[in-house]
Formats: sequence, structure tokens, C-alpha cells
Amino acid sequence: MASADKQRAAVLGTGQTHHRSKRPDVSIAGLCREAVDRALADAGLELADIDAVVVGKAPDLFEGVMMPELYLADALGAVGKPLLRVHTAGSVGGATGVVATSLVQAGRHRRVLAVAFEKQSESNAMWALSIMPPFSMPLLAGAGGYFAPHVRAYIRRSGAPTHVGALVAVKDRRNGALNPYAHLRQPDITLESVQASPMLWDPVRYDETCPSSDGACAVVIGDQAAAEASSRPVAWIRATSMRTEPTMFAGKDHVNPRAGADAGKALWAAAGIASPIDEIDVAEIYVPFSWFEPMWLENLGFAEEGKGWQLTEAGETAIGGRIPVNPSGGVLCSNPIGASGLLRFAESAMQVMGTAGEHQVAGAKTALGHAYGGGSQYFSMWVVADTPD
Amino acid sequence: MPEAAVIAFAEAPNLRRTDGTTNGVEMLVPIFREVFEQTGLTKSDIGFWCSGSSDYLAGRAFSFVSAVDAIGAFPPVMESHVEMDGAFALYEAWVKVLTGEAEIALAYGFGKSSAGDLRRVLALQLDPYVVAPLWPDSVSIAALQARLGLDENLWTKRAMAEVAVRSRAAAVSNARAQPASDELEVEELLSEPYVADPLHAHDCAPITDGAAVVVIAAADRARELCERPAWITGFEHRIDSGSLGARDLTRAPSATAAGVAAGAAAAGATVDVAELHAPFTHQELILRAALGLPDSVRISPSGGALAGNPMFAAGLARIGHAARQVMSGSASRALGHATSGPALQQNLVCVVEAH
Repeated sequence: MASADKQRAAVLGTGQTHHRSKRPDVSIAGLCREAVDRALADAGLELADIDAVVVGKAPDLFEGVMMPELYLADALGAVGKPLLRVHTAGSVGGATGVVATSLVQAGRHRRVLAVAFEKQSESNAMWALSIMPPFSMPLLAGAGGYFAPHVRAYIRRSGAPTHVGALVAVKDRRNGALNPYAHLRQPDITLESVQASPMLWDPVRYDETCPSSDGACAVVIGDQAAAEASSRPVAWIRATSMRTEPTMFAGKDHVNPRAGADAGKALWAAAGIASPIDEIDVAEIYVPFSWFEPMWLENLGFAEEGKGWQLTEAGETAIGGRIPVNPSGGVLCSNPIGASGLLRFAESAMQVMGTAGEHQVAGAKTALGHAYGGGSQYFSMWVVADTPD
Repeated sequence: MPEAAVIAFAEAPNLRRTDGTTNGVEMLVPIFREVFEQTGLTKSDIGFWCSGSSDYLAGRAFSFVSAVDAIGAFPPVMESHVEMDGAFALYEAWVKVLTGEAEIALAYGFGKSSAGDLRRVLALQLDPYVVAPLWPDSVSIAALQARLGLDENLWTKRAMAEVAVRSRAAAVSNARAQPASDELEVEELLSEPYVADPLHAHDCAPITDGAAVVVIAAADRARELCERPAWITGFEHRIDSGSLGARDLTRAPSATAAGVAAGAAAAGATVDVAELHAPFTHQELILRAALGLPDSVRISPSGGALAGNPMFAAGLARIGHAARQVMSGSASRALGHATSGPALQQNLVCVVEAH
């Protein structure tokens, strides 16, 4: 069986909620439906046009609901249809997009709805992450405490100046001010104000950290016929990629994990991209703590190892730079955990569809959507473009 | 010509309680070894891995993350996970094979159901705002479903008990099944006390720790690796409403739709064997009707879920047992079924054939 059998797939529409720390105005179903309705409207479709639904979210303990997709079947218009529930830790939003894409590429369905959400205010993510499972290293104070040592190792290995993290925060929060859906919108943030914010997990300061958000994202993915039938711009999915490695093992490189590097190489090869920095116009990369921007730029091959911070410091990752990263404001501005990956995928599609509004990168034709999760061990990503080949 | 086939299956012993962790590694490592021995494959031959499990069952976030340790996932692997029965992981793996991105894929499911109070844990699958706060447990919901059918004369308590007697007797031939006995009698079972009226203990699947693994391969590789592959000719799943009050609980329209789409009941092409994931006796009766299975079809020769119901693995095991019937030459067409959610809300059908 040759991969020539693979069908083309394209993003027909995207939608997201207004992300906030608490959305008491809606139930979980209402939150998801807000994103779904926007995605369908963007695609010019109705729920009846959807053949299958893929739901993604991070741990069920984050809301205190076991397999919430069962209860959501009605609200998502899935009754009588196939429904899959994906969970690959923090990368799940990306994995949700990849699974939905595979369903179309395999010729199973004409139009698939991918939905991802997190309603953190329904429970307490910090608690859910701070359990003490046997034979596993506890996370203690949540994700920041886990990742801060990796950031310190990156600074030591690369010799990056210590203000680079704050530069990322300033850029992303200002970008978020251009995005009407962003949770944190801070047009007046400065390097000085970030550096004056409280230190949470050395060297990660309060302003360099993602918020806890309620939010959802939805993407409609269609086959070639559906894409060609659409009167609106679509984003052709050129390639997808997923890789996993264990959390802990002798020789694990937490700064530059092999799973991420392998996923990136596989992605570029499948998309026919030889030099990512020259051929990718804009990247939506999963950056929950500021320093992960330069770390992932290196992991993905946008920069040589140890040199990613130079792109950030030179302003090349801002809108208008050589490789704009997270023009939407990214995870640093909105972090509905389960949806954060699909938001990266959706925002990359919006860029090549030309629907990103004030945070549109002019002339973007090819874009990367990226997500990671667990202990820097789950990676999912895609490349979208304004033309199919 | 089908594009993929099941080439290997293994399940862990179905046990009331195991000593291992909730991440499944202790149950998974031995059965991975079994399927590798059956096929001559090694982990580096697997192009895509996909697992099914539940954090709530494990009582912790990210339980599947530690399960990856059973793979030995370095160098890194192409891998995914569903918060569903492993049968749905197999579906995702099959889709990956259809795209051509993987030639050989391995799906696994695991569940340590003994780690908590299962019937209360499953209550958390219900609408979190208006139903779950009442804590209707899974056995009580199944009892309501059974009562509806009894009151409408759709089935009898005797017919339910006969399902239990047949399942437990069939389990005698399955060394890894949980409660097995070929000496049970319907009258005796009906005289036992109720667990949740009208359900007796024999009507309910046992609480089970377990795991299952199925390996599939694209056509060319399947012929190389397996003497008699179980070709996947239909693989479909559907979901019904999450609102119990909005459903006719005596029927399973999602099972019917999945079965029709998978060609399970196509005219002149009935199956020889159906492995049904029916955690309660009356649910087998609902499923047989929903799938249009005639009396000639052998039902769950493995003993079915009533002889071992490891959460998030039992559905995958049903497909594995159906495929084993074909691979061993005992059947030429078999059906594996999996269910998820309260009262048969979600159903999956996989049809496998010898040719």
C-alpha cells in the first residue's frame, strides 16, 4: 500500500471562544459549542454537514468529569455519528487535529469536526497535576516547577542572555493584544515590567508564564472535494507528524528532546521543506513558558542548537520578522490546556487562509502548527499552506 | 481487497485484583512479548502505536504517559492515545494504516478496575451538572435498562440467566477468563439475591484488572507475517445521546448503525461468530437484536465480558478473540464489538474475514 493512496485534506473553517480565567456564563457544552458554531460559520457549513467528530482535552481530572465527550455527544452534533476522544497530554489539541486529518486522508470521511477544550475553572489543574503516583517523580508545584530546571539548563548550554525570556513575553503579550479572543491582552507591557514581575520558578517570572484559561477551539477538516466546493479560502494540510518518548530515561535530553526533533524532521520531509526558516512564513509554537520559544526553534530546526535565542533577541520572531512566532499571542496569552494545541493548529491555518485579522502576517502562504505535552515527550505538528502542493 | 488485517492478539489474565500499578505496565509487557513471539516482529517494526485507557480509572492524571514505558519508546515512536476502550485505539491505528503512514500498527488497552469503587467511578461519565451529582452508579443504570425491557416483554429473566450460564461455560475453554463454570443452572442463578433489582450477580460482568493488545498490518505485510490473517472488511462506530432520558434504553441504535455500515448483517454474509462486549446479560440480548444476529451465530466463545471485563481493554479483547477465531480457522467471518459509556451509549463493530 503506497502513501499515494492518501487523500488530500484541508482546513475549511476555524473557531474559538473568548478565552478567560473563568467562563461561568457557559457550561462545558456551551463553551465547546461557542467554538464549534464559529468554526461552522467560518466554513459556511452546518452540523448536519459533519460526518464525524474528534474531541480532545487534557486529563479528565481538570474538570472532574470522566470522558466528558459522552455527555457532549448531543451538543457537538455527534449523535448517530462516529466520535473519537483523543488524549495525549498537553499535545492533545495537536493530536486531535492530526487524528481528524488522518480520518480524511484515509478516505473515511468527507468532513470531520475537531473540537478541543479545557474549562479549568471547573476544577483545579494544579491539584490534578500534583498527585503522588507510585514509582513516578511527583510534579509538586505543577508544570512550571517541572520545566524551570530545563530552562536553566538551556541558558547554561546556549549562553543565552538572561533577558531573552522576557523579550518573548513582551512580544507574545503585545501580539495577544491584537487577538480579540486572547485571555491576556497587554499592549503596554515592557521588558522592564516583565523583569519586575515576581519570580515564580527561577528563571521563569510571573509574566513569562501561561495563564489558566477556560476555552475551546474547533476546526473543520474536509477532503479535496469539500475544499474545492468551499467558496471561502481553505488551508491545505501538507503534512502532519507525531512522536512520543518516555518521560524519564537515562540519556533523556529535556532541553532538546529527540521526539520533538524527530517529529520536526519527519514533518519537513513529508511537507517537502528543506529549510524551515526560509520556507515557513509563520509558526504557531506551543510556548507555555517564555524560554520555550528559543528552545523549540532549535528543536524544530529553525536555528542551530544553541542559536535559537539569537532569532528572538534580534526581533526576528515578531510579526514582520524573519520567522514570526505566535502572532496570536500563543499559549502565553491563552491556555485552555486541552485546546492550546488545536489553537496553534487553527491559528496557523488562519494565517494561510488570510483570516487572522489584526495579527495577520502579511503574505503568509506556509505555516507551522505545533504542540507538545507531558514531560517534553509528546509532539504533534502540521504544516498548512494556501495551495495543495 | 481489504487493505489491512489483524495478525496477532494477546490478553493479560483477567483477574479480580492485581498488585501492579494503575499504569498497566506490569500487564502490558508480557502481552507485548506474546504478540512479538507470534509474529516474529520487534518493537522497531511497529510503525504506529495507539492505546486506550482512562485517567479516572487510574485515579491520576496522565496514566497513559507511564504506560509508554511498556513500549521502551526510545528511539521515539509514532504514537497516540484515546481516552476510550482500546478498540477505538485499534480504529485509530487502522486509519493510520489506511493513510499509508504505517504498515504495521499495534493497539493496546489496559485498565486496573480494582483500584477504585468502579460503579461509583463510572457515575462520573454522566452529565456533570444535572445527573452525576445524584451519583447514579453504573450497575443501577443497567438495572433500570434491564427493568424497562422486562416490563415491555422484550426479554425475560430466564433469557438473561441463560446468557450467564452460556458465557461462564464458554469461559472454561479460555484459560485467561475470570469466573468459569460449566455447572451453573438457570434455576439456581435465579434464586440468588439481587445486586440491583432485577440484576443478580450473574447478570453483571465481574470487576476485572486486565489488558489486551492487537497487531494489524497492511495487506502485503499481513500475508508475510500471518498464515491466515483476519482481514478487516468493516470497521465502524457510532454514538447515541448522552442523555439517558432522551434514549430508548431497550435499543442500541448506534450498534445497529455501526453494524450496518460495517456490513455485519449484510444479506447472505452473516458472521459465524460474534464476540460481543456486553457487560450485563440483558445488554447481550439488546446487541444481538441491534446487530440482527441470527440464532446460528456463536456468541462470545471466549466467555465474553461476563467472564472478564477489564475496563478499556475488554472491547479490544473482543476484537482480538473474533480475529483469533478466523486466524485459527474456526470461523471464516467474525464480528468483534466494543461498547463505551452508560447503558450501551457508544458502539463499535469490527468485521474480520479469512479471505
